[in-house]
Amino acid sequence: MIHFLVHDTADTVGVAVVDIAAGTQCAGRDLSTNKALDAKATQDIPLGHKLALKDFSVGDTVVKYGCDIGKVVQPIKAGQHVHVHNLKTKRWA
Amino acid sequence: MPDQTIQAYRRENGRVGIRNHVIVLPVDDISNAACEGVANNIKGTLGLPHSYGRLQFGEDLDLHFRTMIGTGANPNVAAAVVIGIEPGWTQRIVEGIAKTGKPVAGFSIEGQGDIATIAQASKKAMEFVQWATELQRSECKLSELYISVKCGESDTTTGLSSCPAVGNVLDKHCAMGGTASFGETTELTGAEHIVAAKAANDAVRKQFQAMFDDYQKLVFGEKTNDLSESQPTKGNIAGGLTTIEEKALGNVEKLGKKTKFVGCLKPAEAPTGKGMWFMDTSSAAAEAVTLWAASGAVVHLFPTGQGNVIGNPIEPVIKLSGNPRTVKVMADHIDLDVSAILQGEMTLDQAGDALIAMIVRTANGRLTAAEALGHREFVMTKLYRSA
Repeated sequence: MIHFLVHDTADTVGVAVVDIAAGTQCAGRDLSTNKALDAKATQDIPLGHKLALKDFSVGDTVVKYGCDIGKVVQPIKAGQHVHVHNLKTKRWA
Repeated sequence: MPDQTIQAYRRENGRVGIRNHVIVLPVDDISNAACEGVANNIKGTLGLPHSYGRLQFGEDLDLHFRTMIGTGANPNVAAAVVIGIEPGWTQRIVEGIAKTGKPVAGFSIEGQGDIATIAQASKKAMEFVQWATELQRSECKLSELYISVKCGESDTTTGLSSCPAVGNVLDKHCAMGGTASFGETTELTGAEHIVAAKAANDAVRKQFQAMFDDYQKLVFGEKTNDLSESQPTKGNIAGGLTTIEEKALGNVEKLGKKTKFVGCLKPAEAPTGKGMWFMDTSSAAAEAVTLWAASGAVVHLFPTGQGNVIGNPIEPVIKLSGNPRTVKVMADHIDLDVSAILQGEMTLDQAGDALIAMIVRTANGRLTAAEALGHREFVMTKLYRSA
């Protein structure tokens, strides 16, 4: 079973394609290369939500689709849930 | 991919429609009651009540007429009865629709009241319905269809599955000589560089950028943060989308990998040639699809993640989803399940072919989920306050 997908090799987050429970050793796939990936989820990641693939500091840019999708507003560790509590748009703000 | 044969309605002007509606169209809000009276009297007609049409001016009034005339002119419409409070604007819409060569008649209420108007218009509507119901479908080509695309209640699965599946179809459709349109101007924010790179030439690119910048000014002018939870929507956020940039990057997956867009359209403006066109639209589903229907689009492809339920009275809306939960819990709204993409069990090419097969079935007469459920959202776009 695939737990998460990554759009582009440059991406720093993956998308959960099933509900992932904290502590799960996850199997992933990079859609741009079809390469297998792995990551450990340290928090619950609901289906469709994002999993951090690296540590982030406040002000860092999160990359998905190989593009900038916003700035980090709370520190994030690899394996954690990335969403509105720690990631914010750089537009319209 | 070779073109396919469909059984559809070839209209007087050569355009191909996939439905055969006789509509009863109010010019303005206060003529809704008369239109609904006619639609109630004569079975097989479709009343299209809406909220506007009085005291509009300038660009907003132009858009009103473009939407009214375009709706009547759509090839999914066999004939139209138009009812307005007074004869001037009613006749203007009748004349606009009549340019297609299809049967159209106008009636006005002032000087005689609703009951007499309903009686006159009902007689004409009955004549139109009995004529239209004898029209036969004939052999047409899939590539003759004008397709519009827009997603709604998106989540991260739309960017992974249903949107790129639509992109795969647009690449194939436009390569066959088909016509298509995308829009959702604010929902391109964060991916506008990707859209700009898909413009066929510099003039088109500049036109797109001007329309995009203009909409951004509106957003900044109202000084909201994240558009007050409208963009992304609450549903988008529940589905895992965090920022407008992320949403936009998923959205533009619908544009395909190869196709360039050949021009930019004002809201409800009809394309003047084949290929893919950008239309400057809101990202609100019912408003946007109403604009595309008025521009002549005959079938809409609608990827959804969390389960938007939108339909349109005259343009069938085909919904597809790749969210494995939504395709189960909202199965009654989903025409095509592409959730197997997420586990690598379906390729985007296979999903595109499955969607084309669903377009062909819909064109041949299959009711979409939204049609069967009676979703007839006819929502006019209003640019600013009336006088």
